[in-house]
Amino acid sequence: MAFIPHTPADVEAMLAAIGAHSIEQLFEEIPASLRIQSLRGVPTALNEMEIGRLMSERARRDGRPLSFIGAGAYEHHIPAAVWALTTRGEFYSAYTPYQAEASQGTLQLIYEYQTMIAGLTGMEVSNASLYDGASAVAEASLMAVRANRKSKSLRILVPTTVNPTYAKVAAAVAGNQGLRFEEVASLCWETGSIVTAALAKYDGQDIAAIVLQQPNFFGRLEDVDAITNWAHARGILVIAVVNPTSLALLKPPGQWGNRGADIVVGEGQPLGVPLASGGPYFGFMTTRMEFVRQMPGRIVGRTVDVTGRPGFTLTLQAREQHIRRAKATSNICTNQGLLVTAATIYMSLMGAAGLEKVAAESHARTRDLVTALTRLNGVRQAFEGPYFHEAVLLLDRPVALVLAALGERGILGGLDLSKAYPELGNALLVCATETKTQADIDAYARALAQVLSNDTAAASRSGTAAERAA
Amino acid sequence: MQMHEKLIFEHSRPGRGATDQWPRGDLDSATADLPAQLRRTTRPVLPEVSELDVVRHFTRLSRLNFSIDTHFYPLGSCTMKYNPKACNQYAMLPEFLGRHPLAPETHGQGFLACLYELQEMLQEVTGMQGVALSPMAGAHGEFAGVAMIRAYHRSRGDLARNEIIVPEAAHGTNPATATMCGCGVREVPVDSEGDVDLEALRAAVGPQTAGIMLTNPSTLGVFERRIEEVARIVHAAGGLLYYDGANLNAILGKVRPGDMGFDVIHMNLHKTFSTPHGGGGPGAGAVGVGARLLPFIPIPVVGKQGEHYRWLTEADLPQSIGRLSGFMGNAGVLLRAYIYMRMLGREGMSQVGEYATLNANYLMAQLSKAGFDAAYPSRRASHEFIITLKRQARELEVTAMDFAKRLLDHGFHAPTTYFPLLVPECLLIEPTETESKETLDAFVSAMAQILSEASQEPERVTSAPHTMPVRRLDDVRAAKQLDLTWKPTAQQ
Amino acid sequence: MSSVPADLQYTRSHEWLRKLPDGTVEIGITDHAQDALGDLVFVEVPEAGRSVTSGEGCAVVESVKAASDVYSPIGGTVVAGNSRLVSEPEAVNKDPYGSGWLMRVRPNGALPAEELLSPGEYEQFLAKEAG
Repeated sequence: MAFIPHTPADVEAMLAAIGAHSIEQLFEEIPASLRIQSLRGVPTALNEMEIGRLMSERARRDGRPLSFIGAGAYEHHIPAAVWALTTRGEFYSAYTPYQAEASQGTLQLIYEYQTMIAGLTGMEVSNASLYDGASAVAEASLMAVRANRKSKSLRILVPTTVNPTYAKVAAAVAGNQGLRFEEVASLCWETGSIVTAALAKYDGQDIAAIVLQQPNFFGRLEDVDAITNWAHARGILVIAVVNPTSLALLKPPGQWGNRGADIVVGEGQPLGVPLASGGPYFGFMTTRMEFVRQMPGRIVGRTVDVTGRPGFTLTLQAREQHIRRAKATSNICTNQGLLVTAATIYMSLMGAAGLEKVAAESHARTRDLVTALTRLNGVRQAFEGPYFHEAVLLLDRPVALVLAALGERGILGGLDLSKAYPELGNALLVCATETKTQADIDAYARALAQVLSNDTAAASRSGTAAERAA
Repeated sequence: MQMHEKLIFEHSRPGRGATDQWPRGDLDSATADLPAQLRRTTRPVLPEVSELDVVRHFTRLSRLNFSIDTHFYPLGSCTMKYNPKACNQYAMLPEFLGRHPLAPETHGQGFLACLYELQEMLQEVTGMQGVALSPMAGAHGEFAGVAMIRAYHRSRGDLARNEIIVPEAAHGTNPATATMCGCGVREVPVDSEGDVDLEALRAAVGPQTAGIMLTNPSTLGVFERRIEEVARIVHAAGGLLYYDGANLNAILGKVRPGDMGFDVIHMNLHKTFSTPHGGGGPGAGAVGVGARLLPFIPIPVVGKQGEHYRWLTEADLPQSIGRLSGFMGNAGVLLRAYIYMRMLGREGMSQVGEYATLNANYLMAQLSKAGFDAAYPSRRASHEFIITLKRQARELEVTAMDFAKRLLDHGFHAPTTYFPLLVPECLLIEPTETESKETLDAFVSAMAQILSEASQEPERVTSAPHTMPVRRLDDVRAAKQLDLTWKPTAQQ
Repeated sequence: MSSVPADLQYTRSHEWLRKLPDGTVEIGITDHAQDALGDLVFVEVPEAGRSVTSGEGCAVVESVKAASDVYSPIGGTVVAGNSRLVSEPEAVNKDPYGSGWLMRVRPNGALPAEELLSPGEYEQFLAKEAG
């Protein structure tokens, strides 16, 4: 039941050694008024066969619909070796590598991870990961305020093209320390990217940092060079939020503008981590050496032992909570070790060439999806211009009903944007990755055609905001 | 033990790759529409290795680790109990693994049922009124807890309540969390028996008190016997009680934090509920709240309407402290905790507290007989206890660190060292309930051997470990000559 | 036994002060403090021109086991931080009262005599802390 190995003989011998007559006696210091007799509200124990059956039933109930949702979590092929290795007991059931001599496997792996992710983002140094992409944005904002010596500001600019959940989480986590996240209404209705001119109203103001997502939440490509230079010219640090797969093809933040972004974060899930209903994932964070002491989380460094042999250890720990206590850079006590293990193995298997192909095929499949769907009456693209591996479509009727009907046909058509972005109208965010075949795309198109023709009620035509404004 | 493995980059050969894993398709035609000025011009430095290279490399790396699956790991406050394989297997069923976080509720009732039932079970074992599962680690749950306390006071116009009281023995995350929430920290001392000094506490509370953060049993490994009085003092002063659930394993099924008077608790599912430590994560820091804090609970939370499960979000909980994660927290970890709790059932939960406590008390008794000094010898151990090597450090010049390193040579991971800071040269030892008497006896025997070696041949102990892949590492050099990423040399 | 030079003044947070001929005050951490911290790996000193108040944290000394704030014992303006410590933090360990100085401050007014300890008083303070 509780994986307890003790036999009655063991218990007797142990109690005798302690000098107690019963296990209950060991709890004598606890006031009787606090003791509970049983947990009536918890169901009775199941053995492994029974729990296996229960979980299988529930899994069957949920099934495996064909999904075209992106919006921050992406379905990619995960080679079998990734989780076969990651779930090895020596990785799975190891603790945080505080006793370095007994943890060289984990420590070396993290060092390799730090190297890979720093290189992928075009930066000099990485930490051992944070909880997820959203909380990484919060941590990056706190770090930017600490690191920006020229500014006393606690203001962080967040364009509307940044994942809206990231802004919410950043405010929830960092708001208590006085940081103010200001939404910058900067969306160009034609391209779906930031209108650089909209930033002009911040000229002359004291701002700590700006968050810049590439590709942005709508899959559009931003003019990262111009915006990075604009920010740096005004003493504003740039926090880049990026999709790691895209970095196989796109210019990494370390090369944005003249100086490169200052802090880079993002959601690491696309690198070998399954969707799994939202977690566990991991957030990555990289930066320049000049900011390394401001970076939260664990960091692994290479050093030597007393015989001169190379070895790895946690370093720069004096910044962390267990030493600095109230003055720590953060209260974070974890890195997402297991997920970093999976990501490092994934990046090793794919290499740069493989990752390029994954990115390219994901982009091509999204393009094919957009082509197939916009052939249908009542479906068109919301924006013009370059995008990467996600796109916004406009429907001629409310998205929620369409998605529900598609769901009944076993297809998850995308993310309904109309509540979060009412100005866009009946907007749907769709994504296809290298996992989708032409047959899958055709199935979506066929199902959507059916759904659109079945609904005979006159659809209220909603154009783009630009059309309405005209 | 296997001793050494090259870096993966050192296995690279140009042109090599695990090509069976790569998608088909032509790169140029796929990317033709991407603007040139936004394209990457140089390839990132990632390994160029075959699949067998990868499998061998990471398998060999894994063999450089100690883990619960291979070694006794009595780390105090970490609860290194067996991680049942069933938890992993059933959490990783393809339907659970493949589900997108934004998939509609209609396509997730099975998953949501597991989470809802997990919430209910956690409520029951902690005696709280509501549970939120989204915090992604213990420290994250702590943040949520203190943020809720602050939100509660602010909602009542009580803006001056900005101070959190922490016992001096508290774990470093506690004051760090208070600061993250914009609160000040005031420490109160504990007495010689390990209980919070009530006189000092009475003097410390006032109109500025937002609350107190406590672990019970405390970080000293003993039960806070006057917890009901502590609760009375803090509540009377208008503050709330926060329970750090790091030591919940000691009292699972025996005592409930809600009954002790706590208003909010965080649990470490990766400790008490046996989800994997994973080399440093992922954890899950579910929080439980009493009625007062229910409106502030972080979202999303699973709700039930009739037979249908759904997410409760901003609209349902307008006073929530908000979202703490991109989606809904560490779902896969939560499923593992659910499976574990279903396998334990109500009968198993009580056994956890009982046998964890039995093992700790047995180990403490045997180590005392072997010549070691318990820090609080007049107290029962909870699920963990402290021995202090202050005497040995003075008489033999052998420290707790030296003992810890020598234990590695004996095939045991060291206990927690130098925490809590209050006890000099301490080892905080937590065997957990899944260890057998034989393992505990072997540990005592190893400790006794090291003690004897410390007087006969102290050099062997102070220069330990001798049989690990590396000897003691130069931490100073690691922090001064920062080498945090591999760089290709001229030859590569 | 840690060294406590007779020509300096001290604080309860283990800083020392030396009055320089030009009217500025040189500040560092004591031998006891550097020994407690262990080998320093990083030191952060304030920039020239920064104004500080008495008791304000204005420098950081970091070893492997601890990172500590250094508090300015006086109010005034920083005229110099010891930039050598950026590349040589160990100077604080090797020569805490000499080349390991942290900063020089031009004081606003008279030194706060009640807060400062004489060498004898600081030694007594250390002895009491040791318990």
